[in-house]
Order: sequence, then C-alpha cells, then structure tokens
Amino acid sequence: MKETKIFEKPKSMIDVTTHYCPGCTHGVAHRLVAEVIDELGIQERTVAVAPVGCSVFLYNYIDVDSYEAAHGRAPAVASACKRLLPDSVVFSYQGDGDLASIGMAEIVHAANRGEKITVIFINNAIYGMTGGQMAPTTLVGQKATTCPLGRDPKLAGYPIRMCEMLATLQAPAYITRVSVAKPKYTIKAKEALKTAFQTQIEGKGFSFVEILSTCPTNWGMRPVDATNWLEEHMMPEFPLGVFKTPE
Amino acid sequence: MGKRFLMKGNEALAEAAIHAGCKYFFGYPITPQNEIPEYMSKKLPEIGGVYLQAESELAAINMIFGAAGTGKRVMTSSSSPGISLMSEGISYIAGAELPCVLMNVMRGGPGLGGILPSQSDYFQATRGGGHGDYRLLVLAPSTVQEAVDLTMLAFDLAEKYRNPVMVLADGFMGQMMEAVEFRETGTEGLPDPAEWAVGYMKQRGSRALIKSLYLDPEELEAHNWKLQAKYAKMAEQEKRFESYMAEDAEILIAAYGTVARIARTAINELRNEGVKVGLFRPITLFPFPYDPLENLPASVKQILTVEMSCGQMVEDVRLAVGKDRPVSMYGRVGGMTPSVDEIKDQVRKALGR
Repeated sequence: MKETKIFEKPKSMIDVTTHYCPGCTHGVAHRLVAEVIDELGIQERTVAVAPVGCSVFLYNYIDVDSYEAAHGRAPAVASACKRLLPDSVVFSYQGDGDLASIGMAEIVHAANRGEKITVIFINNAIYGMTGGQMAPTTLVGQKATTCPLGRDPKLAGYPIRMCEMLATLQAPAYITRVSVAKPKYTIKAKEALKTAFQTQIEGKGFSFVEILSTCPTNWGMRPVDATNWLEEHMMPEFPLGVFKTPE
Repeated sequence: MGKRFLMKGNEALAEAAIHAGCKYFFGYPITPQNEIPEYMSKKLPEIGGVYLQAESELAAINMIFGAAGTGKRVMTSSSSPGISLMSEGISYIAGAELPCVLMNVMRGGPGLGGILPSQSDYFQATRGGGHGDYRLLVLAPSTVQEAVDLTMLAFDLAEKYRNPVMVLADGFMGQMMEAVEFRETGTEGLPDPAEWAVGYMKQRGSRALIKSLYLDPEELEAHNWKLQAKYAKMAEQEKRFESYMAEDAEILIAAYGTVARIARTAINELRNEGVKVGLFRPITLFPFPYDPLENLPASVKQILTVEMSCGQMVEDVRLAVGKDRPVSMYGRVGGMTPSVDEIKDQVRKALGR
C-alpha cells in the first residue's frame, strides 16, 4: 500500500520540544503562524519580534530572522525593521502583560502610524512567565497571585479590550479577535493570521490578531477545564469578531 | 581645505551623520537638541532615508534596536533626561552587540533639571546608565568641527566593534554656530552586516537572531567575557586625547568638551603672565586615556580638573594620577559655566599665588 504523508511539522518550525506547560495554547498559535508562513512562501523574508514573557523563546521554535525585544517594545522594534526593510514581512508576537500593560504606548502608536506590520496578541488574562500575576486583561473577579481575592474593579479597573480600543483609530487595516481554545476556533484563527500577513504583504497597513488563549498552570485548572473556562468567561468579555476589515 | 559651511552645532552634527552614510533617524523632541531631528526630518526623506518621530524616548531607542539589527547606519539624539529614558534600550543594544550612534547634547540635571549646557552625564555615559556590565564608546568633542569629525568616526567605530557609540556634546556645542568642513573618512575593512543582521536569510542560508537573553549562567558568563574582551580591545586601540602646553607645565588642567576650550583661553592668558600651566583633554571618555596621566612629566606638580559637573571626570583623573600628585576640582553646574577668569583664579589659588 502506498503511504501518503498528510500531516507534518511546518517547514518553518524548528524540530524541538517547546518549553510551554501542558495545555498551554502558545504551541498551537506558534504552529498556525508557521503554517501560514509556509503557505505564503515567505520564510526567508519574514522577521519575528519576540516579547518578554512566556513567548520570549518564540525564536527557538520558528525558524525566521528574529529579534528579542525589551518588555513591551516589540512594536517599536518591528516598526523600525519594517521601515528599513520594506520587502520583509515583520510580525511581533506579544502577551497581554507585554502588549497591554508595559507596552501600551508602543502598540497604540504603531497602530496609529499604520505601520505595515502584523501584531499577534496572545490574551490569556494573566502573567504567565512571572507566575500568575494580574494582567490588564484579567477578568473582574478572576483570581491571580496579586489579586488573591479576585480582580476588584474599584482597585484595579476593568479588563482592557485591545481590539475595540485600537479599532477607534483610523490607520489600522485589519483588527480581529480569535481563539485557539478548541478546533472550531483554531481553524478561524489560522484564516485570520493568513489575512493579517496578506494585509501586510499587500501593503494595506497595520494588522492585529488577538488570540484568546489558555494558561492552565496559572489559572489553576486542568487543560480541558481551561478551554471551557475560556469559552464561558473570556468570550463574553472579549467577543470574537472582526473589528476592522482591510479594504 | 574643502568647502566650509557656517552651521549651528546641532545641524552640523546631523549633517555629519548624513555624510557618514546614516539615512535612518529615530528620536523624540527634547531641548537643547531639537535642531538635529528637525534637520533629519527634512533631509532624510530627500535621500530615500527614514525619519520617524517616536512616541517617547523608550520607543525611539527600541526603534534604534530594530533599525540597527538590519545592519544599516542608524542614529538617535537626545539630551540628558531623554538619555535616562533610553538607558534600558542602550543596555539591550550593547547586550545584543548592535552598532548605532547616540548623541547626547547634555543639559543640567538631576531630574528635569534645566535646559542649559552641562557635563553632568559623564558617569551615565562612561559607567552605564543602563543595567549590566556594558560599555559605550564615548567621544567628547570640544568644537563644532570636532563634533563633525567625531560623529563621522562614530559610525565606523560602531560597526568595527558592533557597539553603540555615544557622541557626548553639551548644549553650547549644540547651539553655537561655527564654520565646519565635512571631510571624507575611510570606512574600509568594516564587518559585513550580512554575517549577522536580519534581512539576509536567503543570502546567508540561515536566520539571524538578535538577542541578549542567556538563561544558562555559563552561557551568560561567556557572553559577558566576550563583551569585556571587546571593551579591552577598545581601551587598547581607541584612546584619544590632546595635550596643550603640557611639556613644561607645573599645573595641568584636565577638562573636556566646551570647558576644555574655555580652559585653553585661560591657559594662554596665564602663560602670558608667566604661569606654567597646560591642558590635558580626553577626547574619548570611554576608553579614558589613563596612560598619559599615569606618566606625567616631572614638571607637573598637580592637576586641576574643571567640569560643568559637581565632580565626575575627576574620579577618572584621580584613578590615573593616584596619590603621587594632588588633584583638585572646580565645577559649575545647572547651566552655569566656569569662566576664563574663574579658571585663572583657581590655577593661581592652587599654585598659592
């Protein structure tokens, strides 16, 4: 019987074991990015900008030219790289602490300048790398190591909805929120990533893909429970959808 | 002599960078260096370059990180409080071994301080400012012409060592006008960015990785020793200084930048009075030229350091001179400047006259 290979590791993924915790969805998001890079045939001209946080080691897994940016500054690094190398495809990959807390100024201004870069925003509502502290996207009432009784909006405000906020700006071309918590969402997440990269390749402007993700370790849940919790609690707060469509 | 132009210091610095092949500038407005970004915003688009006004100094220095990672000639400029903000990024740039040129047109501190000339960022420039064991090459011009020459040199040195180079000017130099000439510099034998920069994956056959994180302590230690070897090579090869009337001097004034210029006038006037006084002027602040101060002529009995700070470079002077000779210090700060007469008085006082 003739064997046909129907599934393999994307060419632009490095063949190593990741450092991510069991049930973490970074691995899924990484794979989708690598698949899209392969399908668009852009590996040799893609530049990744890794953040500070769990995905600082993005460059250990995706085989493209890469920077490791200072905490929150990835959009500034990516903006300059793209301006100097207009034919490259530049993306940053950032978590919620990196992007929506310490890096808020850089993301807003890169979006507002309409930088022709792609930003992939992993929102898991918590600081992962440092061990489960409250993030700007932590839900009201959600427990974290720095809000042990749950996030109290009187003290810490409310979760920041990045897509909705950035969509108020005129310059961005494509803004969408997807998830990789379950296969039905993952398929759409890949389509969104592809649209985002294509938006950049076609020179249409700034593209932003927020991916609702799980962090079972710091949420204190089993991986399956985490995916259900994401659907039940995060999705009402952070509705999936397209907030800006490229023209 | 080539064609000379009457230019404001800040504009001359900017034009020097363009002459050196810099087509990319990222910065944030701050007094007293605004003529640099203003000049760049007009000129760079005309030559196919990029001028980008960042949202902050934090963003500006991280844009420099991104731009320098492509191996092209890039620079930013700022003034003291802005350099403080940039210091985190400068540490990352040094850690990742990226070449770039940083200009600090110093103003008075601490805090918001003032907007008038100062030299109170000597420690920050030569001892870090950011975290970790890193060094900048620090060039300290004394005239607008020298600022032009050193700026052009700075780009070569940055590439030679793959290290950030700071041109440490003061507000005087930024704001005054002088005639300058843009001389051609030799830039041969510099490393090819295709060996390490992003954007060459196809040509190189493998990707570039620009980073400063080494979680394995043995790896991080090795990385640090590698950087230290580079700094030692700079100290070996790049020391620059000027002596003026030092051979028979009884007292030597140590000063850099604009203050060295004021001291020179004081020296000329004192020499007319028969006072044997000379000048030692470091041009590189890192590496600091210790050797000439370690091997002073026997005639030199003491050193007077004059700075627009409360006493920063004087620490390097003391390190070099040791306990052999007394080292005194005269400083004016906050935008106040040591005058020729004040320096002459200090020399007379030191000599007991």
